Amino acid sequence: MMKHELKLYCDTTRLTDLRAFLNDILRDTSLSDIEQHQVTLAVDEVCANLIIHSHGCNPQEYIQVEVEKENGILKIEIRDQGEGFNIIEYKEPEITQVKKAKRKGGLGIILVKRIMDKIEFEKIGSQNTCRLFKNLKSK
Amino acid sequence: MLKIETTKESNHVTLHLIGEVDASNSVELDESIIALMESGEKNILVDGTELQYISSAGLGVFMSYIEDFQEKNISLVIYGLNERVYQVFRILGLDQLIIIKSNKEDALQEI
Repeated sequence: MMKHELKLYCDTTRLTDLRAFLNDILRDTSLSDIEQHQVTLAVDEVCANLIIHSHGCNPQEYIQVEVEKENGILKIEIRDQGEGFNIIEYKEPEITQVKKAKRKGGLGIILVKRIMDKIEFEKIGSQNTCRLFKNLKSK
Repeated sequence: MLKIETTKESNHVTLHLIGEVDASNSVELDESIIALMESGEKNILVDGTELQYISSAGLGVFMSYIEDFQEKNISLVIYGLNERVYQVFRILGLDQLIIIKSNKEDALQEI
């Protein structure tokens, strides 16, 4: 599998393009239909979060998404410039709290953490990198 | 792309979700549910047979009304989700908080 890259402009209507990009790549992996759907969802969640909260839906700004497979592991790297969102440090709410507080946010990061096998976050200067990993079953 | 069709039947109203719910359009789902609550509907069925995708933005809409529904005695039942979408509800345990049925007949039993 080659390295696949997508430049995603910070407009939530572009998330459809992101999902189409991921679905095409994931189809060629050993992940099941349900796992492919979930990995796409996890990446959608991270990018939607960045588009809305880090970039204020400014369509001039963009996020770079890179997908590659190394040693039986699928790696999705999501890079952006700016303040960044440290997904590792973020303390997600309890599901019951989300319900009580009637808040519509917070669920996305819970999904990402439950779907992916490993998550990394790195900030170098103004460059933020979030890496999501999913173990691929050997075929 | 999301299309929402509302159909009023004798003892319930059906929200038919067609397409994908994500951060760009979850507000449409939110508005549809608010409109049904404001018009005093007590039995809401959500037809998920043509729902291809839902992200946390859409799941959050359902979550955010669970308590309002309980207070106002409104029943909301989702039915017909495909396996991929249903599994997303399960990851968050929403299948324990929202009534989800496999088909319309079973959903009607709940209202």
